[in-house]
Amino acid sequence: MGIIERKFRLQVPSTTENLAMIREFAAHVGSQAGLDDGAISKLELAVDEACTNVIEHAYGSDVSKEVTVRAVFDEEVLQVIVEDTGLGFDPTAVPAEDLRTLVAERRTGGLGMQLMKSLMDEVHYEITPGQRNELRMIKRLRKPSAS
Amino acid sequence: MRDPFVLDTSYQGDLAIIHIGGFVDAHTARQFEQAIQQELAAGRHRLIVECGKLTYISSAGLGVFMGFVEEARDHGGDIKVCGLIPRVREVFDMLGFSSVFDIVEDVPAAARRYADAPRKEA
Repeated sequence: MGIIERKFRLQVPSTTENLAMIREFAAHVGSQAGLDDGAISKLELAVDEACTNVIEHAYGSDVSKEVTVRAVFDEEVLQVIVEDTGLGFDPTAVPAEDLRTLVAERRTGGLGMQLMKSLMDEVHYEITPGQRNELRMIKRLRKPSAS
Repeated sequence: MRDPFVLDTSYQGDLAIIHIGGFVDAHTARQFEQAIQQELAAGRHRLIVECGKLTYISSAGLGVFMGFVEEARDHGGDIKVCGLIPRVREVFDMLGFSSVFDIVEDVPAAARRYADAPRKEA
C-alpha cells in the first residue's frame, strides 16, 4: 500500500530564453500530478517567477551557470524545488511592498515573491553557504485524510 | 513552443495602441518595455495596451506597467489596459492592479475613457 511518488528534473542554462521551456516542464509536472488547467497555469507562473529570480539575481544573468528545477509529488503534495549555486538571493527576505508604492517609485520589480506566495500554499528558502540555495514551493493536492 | 510573443503598435489620433500577444515573461518584457518607452519618448502619453491575444504574463511584464504609468500620468496621459482574457486578468487582480490601473473591455472602451476624461496638460 505504498504511496506512489514521482520525481522530475530539468536542468537548463541560466538565461531568460529558457523560461518558456521551464514553464512547459512545470505544466507537464502539473498535468502528471492531476492539476486542472487553472492550477497548472498558476504552477507555471510560480516556477517562472522562482527561476527568473535565480537567472537575474542569484546568477546575475551569467549564462554559463545552470538552473535546476526538481519536482516531486505523491497523492497529497506537489513540491517544486529550484536550486542554484549563486549569490544566495533570498526572495523570501524581500519585504512585500504595496503596489501603489511600487508604482509611485516607478519600480519595475518587486512582485515576484508576492506572486509565488499567492500562487502556492507554501514557499521556503534555504541557503547552504558556498554550496547550494534552494527555493521550495509546496502545493497541496488534497487535504490529508482525518485520522 | 506555445503562443510566441508578438508586439505591434497602431495609432488612433493621439492614442498609441500597443498590442501584445503570446507570452510576456522576463525574456520578452524588455521588448514590451522598449515599445512603451519609445511612445513616451516621442511625446505620446495616452497609451492603450491591448492584450486580447496575451495568454501569459509574469511579474516582469507587470513591472512594465508599474514602471511607466506615472510618467504617462505626469504628462496628462495614462496606460490603459484592455482585452484581458480571464486567466491573465486573474494575475492582474491577484496583485491589485485593478485598483491602480484603468482596465477596460476593449480598445473603443479605452478610447472613450480618454475622450471622457478632461485633458490635463503636463
